[in-house]
Amino acid sequence: MLMRRLFLGAITVWIVSVIIFAGVEVLPGDACTAFLEREAQGKLLENCREAQGLNRSAAERYFDWASGAVRGDFGVSANGQKSISELVGNRLRNSLLLAFCALAIGVPLAIFLGVVTGLRRDKPVDLVFSTTAVFAMTIPEFVSATVLILVFSVWLGWLPGIVLTSAGAPVPEFFPEILLPVIVLGMVMTAHILRMVRSSVIEVMAGDYVQMAVLKGVPYWRIVFRHALPNALLPAINVVALTIAWLLGGVVVIEVVFNYPGLGRMMIDAISDRDLPVVQAIALIVATVYVGVNLTADIMTMVLNPRLRTHALRGS
Amino acid sequence: MSALIDIRDISVGFVGRDGRTREVLRNIDLAVAPGECVGLVGESGSGKSTLALAAMGYLKRGLRLLNGSAAFNGIDMFAQSRQELERIRGGQLALIPQNSGQSLTPTLRVGAQLGEALRLHSALPANRHAAKVVELLGHVRLPDPESIVQRFPHELSGGQQQRVAIAMALAGEPEALLLDEPTTGLDVTTQAHILELLRDIAAERGMAMVYVSHDLGAIARVCTRVVVMYAGEIVLEGSTRHVLRSPTHPYAQGLLASIPKLDDTTLPIALDGRPPAPGDAGAGCAFADRCALVQDRCRSTRPQLVPSEFGGTARCFFAKEAGRQQGRTIGAAPVRFSSGDTMLDLDGLSISYARPRLLEQLLGRGTDVPPTVDDISISIGKGETLGLVGESGSGKSTILKTIAGLLPPAGGTVTAGNQSLPHAVEQREPGQLRQIQLIFQNPDDSLNPRHTVADILEQPLKLYFGLTGDELRSRSAEILERVRLGAHYLDRLPSQLSGGEKQRVAIARAFAAGPEIVLCDEVTSALDVSVQAAVLDLLNELKETQGTTYIFVSHDLAVVRALSDRVAVLYQGRLCEIGQTDQVFEGKSHPYTKVLLGAVLEPDPDAAPTLAADDIVERAPPARGCPFQRRCPRRLGEICDTDTPPWQSPEAGHFIRCHILLEDLNADRPH
Amino acid sequence: MTEIAATPAENTRLQRTLGVLRDVTARPSGAIGLTLVAFHVILAIISPWIVPYDYKAMDSLSMLNGPSGAHWLGTDHLGRDVLTRVLLGGREALLVTGIATPVAVIWGGLLGIFFGLVGGRLDEVLMRVVDAFLSLPWILKMLVLIVTFGTGIEVLIPTLAFFYGIPVIRIARAATHDVVARDFVSAARARGHGRITVIRRELLPNVLDTLMVEGAMRWSWMLLAFSSLSFLGFGVSPPTPDWGLMIADARGFMSFAPWGVLGPVIALSSLIIGINLTADALAKALGIDRAQKAPV
Repeated sequence: MLMRRLFLGAITVWIVSVIIFAGVEVLPGDACTAFLEREAQGKLLENCREAQGLNRSAAERYFDWASGAVRGDFGVSANGQKSISELVGNRLRNSLLLAFCALAIGVPLAIFLGVVTGLRRDKPVDLVFSTTAVFAMTIPEFVSATVLILVFSVWLGWLPGIVLTSAGAPVPEFFPEILLPVIVLGMVMTAHILRMVRSSVIEVMAGDYVQMAVLKGVPYWRIVFRHALPNALLPAINVVALTIAWLLGGVVVIEVVFNYPGLGRMMIDAISDRDLPVVQAIALIVATVYVGVNLTADIMTMVLNPRLRTHALRGS
Repeated sequence: MSALIDIRDISVGFVGRDGRTREVLRNIDLAVAPGECVGLVGESGSGKSTLALAAMGYLKRGLRLLNGSAAFNGIDMFAQSRQELERIRGGQLALIPQNSGQSLTPTLRVGAQLGEALRLHSALPANRHAAKVVELLGHVRLPDPESIVQRFPHELSGGQQQRVAIAMALAGEPEALLLDEPTTGLDVTTQAHILELLRDIAAERGMAMVYVSHDLGAIARVCTRVVVMYAGEIVLEGSTRHVLRSPTHPYAQGLLASIPKLDDTTLPIALDGRPPAPGDAGAGCAFADRCALVQDRCRSTRPQLVPSEFGGTARCFFAKEAGRQQGRTIGAAPVRFSSGDTMLDLDGLSISYARPRLLEQLLGRGTDVPPTVDDISISIGKGETLGLVGESGSGKSTILKTIAGLLPPAGGTVTAGNQSLPHAVEQREPGQLRQIQLIFQNPDDSLNPRHTVADILEQPLKLYFGLTGDELRSRSAEILERVRLGAHYLDRLPSQLSGGEKQRVAIARAFAAGPEIVLCDEVTSALDVSVQAAVLDLLNELKETQGTTYIFVSHDLAVVRALSDRVAVLYQGRLCEIGQTDQVFEGKSHPYTKVLLGAVLEPDPDAAPTLAADDIVERAPPARGCPFQRRCPRRLGEICDTDTPPWQSPEAGHFIRCHILLEDLNADRPH
Repeated sequence: MTEIAATPAENTRLQRTLGVLRDVTARPSGAIGLTLVAFHVILAIISPWIVPYDYKAMDSLSMLNGPSGAHWLGTDHLGRDVLTRVLLGGREALLVTGIATPVAVIWGGLLGIFFGLVGGRLDEVLMRVVDAFLSLPWILKMLVLIVTFGTGIEVLIPTLAFFYGIPVIRIARAATHDVVARDFVSAARARGHGRITVIRRELLPNVLDTLMVEGAMRWSWMLLAFSSLSFLGFGVSPPTPDWGLMIADARGFMSFAPWGVLGPVIALSSLIIGINLTADALAKALGIDRAQKAPV
């Protein structure tokens, strides 16, 4: 069971790599035409293709690219002739920093509020937070970012509205500039997970075993923590993982809004410049992170859920 | 003697969508003395479970206490603080729920859940809890309690889960136990074992019990006093003997008459109509619309509970008349055809759920798992009804699905009429398809919730007869009439019908095809007894008018007996015995048949089940020998494990598959 | 326990639709949501006739002016009337997502149902491909195509319809598995109905509910994507008015001319919230739990 899941994850990453590679192949033009733009003709184009190794067969190039990627070597970018791995390194760290800060605040907050709203269903506290969650969840990141900058940065002047730190700076230098981006990302994340946890808590609290625990004379908070929550939060793990992965798209927008030197902004720049090798590399990294997060969630569920655990043991 | 549980004038209701308060319980008084066992009986919606939970001061979400009080040991449960309730619930007053599979917390080990009950409600020092848990599990007769402690609820069988729930209830050494349908959904043998356990526990600890059930057989076994509920009211109350032998309320009489009994060869009598929805009972007697003795007075004035001269108290103006007309009614006789022609022939049928795995496929091997169903050869005559009985997992439904073509067999043939049927439904001719119709267990699942009754009935009519337009609709109305539903049902959706009505629609759909063979898969097990009787009656009537051949699958031996010409007994997908109904039920029989018959609970205060075999649930049939080898109370020895038993025939048409010599088969009486 | 007495009623498809609609509007979230959505759709249709100014008309004399009698929401950095542009700013977005949403739900739904029924190895392979597509962030997938083929409607519609149809495959497949396991499908098969009839009569009506809710959700995600793209400069090209684009333009002057962002922010938010509230109410009316699903 576990082995199967790992295997499927690996297969998914492999398919992604094929899609990315094939996608770039199928699109009109290649790295050289994109880079040279109007000068892309004659000898210049030939030389460039030679340098990039674009004259070989697609299968050969895929193999080269993929085997390089496995070792963490994504080749060189089309324009600067710089090593992509070097370019990406700091940016990836910065994006992960942003995501981790948002997660560290968002997940505990979301679980807490989700449990509170779930237990106090249809009471004022539930209505307030559930409604707020709908707003936070659905308004585009660039809109909430804009409003927050307007309020906290322009009007109140409490927090910097733009990140000026360079990509390679050590982590502490990102504070307090990182705070507003973290709040925007954390807000969306919290809203999604809150709704999920709330509905899961409501379902479990209405279940037979919670009723039984009540009639067994188990104190209320003990029911919540021992009987209900472990069962309510188990299915949440997977959904949280999917939500986090989905929010990666939103990270890109946030990075652009705040001028944050992360992978997302680099990706936008690379796409604008049609720097295809960089785009490919970023795509593969992001997809691997996505698959990794989901895989971790699956394994966590498997370890924590006794039903799946027996199943997994029997399967392997 | 003061009452332990004292419920006074309690009314419970909910606010409907129209803003009106609808009562689920209406002015109920119930007192239970220490050590007394009271049964609460009624059909679904009668409010019996709500009443039992109200005794704990608990109401389900949406329900409200409108009036009255529920006291335990003199303490008003609805006036207590949460701490006080937590102390009493699970301590002096414990509940054993229906369906323990869902009532045990899935993420906690059995030991942890029992330990929690001890921690909360027992004076025992913490270091002795572990030993006590094992002792409790042993006490409810669970084998190997040390290992059960470490298990999660889903790793146990239904019967084991129920025993764990009982052990948990006993942890606080309660003075009273509330049991909410504790054996519903379990196999007959398991049910009988659990009931005996409960009886013994109650007797040895002197606990009071309130036993809620729709099953008068179970109540007869456990309770000394019975309370019959109808539409949120108590309609009859009296000793078990009184209620079962000479009930003085027309509803209780109707209910009793609708229960099929093992020694009864006629069909149970249906109770027409349905109870009023909560809040719709009106000013008069709630049962008035269905009552044979009804007078004008019944519709305008609500009768009170009054003691009757026959014993017990009844909520009826005509309890005296009702008491006098005991035992006058006799059910319809099952229709019997005797035609020599074979209608359906199963030859060497074997069905396997396990598909060969990739590796086995590559090596060209089949799977080495024994097939789920094996070696089924039965020939069914035209117009005959064959009953197929066995516990859950015996493969009864699987066989029906294979006959219908939904599940291709691994081997063997199905012949209908003179034609051998292709295995897959897609390869069968329209005529062959029309000939065989299948009715499913649960109409909620077998009727598409998005289709109206007309849509549902028109499908076979269009498919098999090419009907269109007005003809289609008039024919549908006609068919609906035949299952005793009016044409005004045509435009309703399944969600607007009651359970019994839905099953009638499902039956109508099957008969719309004009089938020769109808396969009935536990068609009454999702229904209340009074509704079940009506459905059985309908099937019997349809057989008379259509000359249909039935295969009737059921776990309920009494139902099978009432309807079948012949009975086949299955264990683990293998035939144990087949013969005329009387031969199987009264003649020499297979040890497994005897176990099944012994475990049947009859609504009779003097009947006692015999528990010949334990109630282990087997997950797969043994690879060799007799399928019943592991549980057989009359195991001969190694021969049972190694050799497939031979068919023996005590009489013409009666076959038993057992190593025990025929003359010895009934020589024993295991207890 | 509480069996509601049967109400003899016509149960035509129209009646059911009306019933669901009534249920949706009876909930506060549904009523507010539907009102917002209807307001925006009507506005998008009639706005060209009611706007006070030409959306392109620049006025170098009144740039970044605050709200006044002549310009209720002030003017932008090119002296254009903000109110006019806010009123017109949703047309493009509604048109693109209004076409792309049904297309996405239909193709994703059909493929999902098909693979849910076929199962087996082919299904396994397809699901891996779906997973692979889902593991790439939406913005990357969209941008690569847009940068290559341009930003017109004729690129945006198929691109959105394609990428947002992929997660629908997964949802439709799961819904199909749920329905296929039920006895009424077995009953139809046992009667001998053809595959197509079984799909059309038994399966579709039941899967459709899920797809409806799914469609409403897709719509809101698509709007989000569309306006984000505009904001980043990859969507609608100037001078066409679009909320995302307007917010991006006005951001630079936010410190002294905040009215430029507030108008489009409120307009865009109210539409997206409206759609989500409606989707919530619809899911509840149809008995589908929405919050349990991840927004993939």
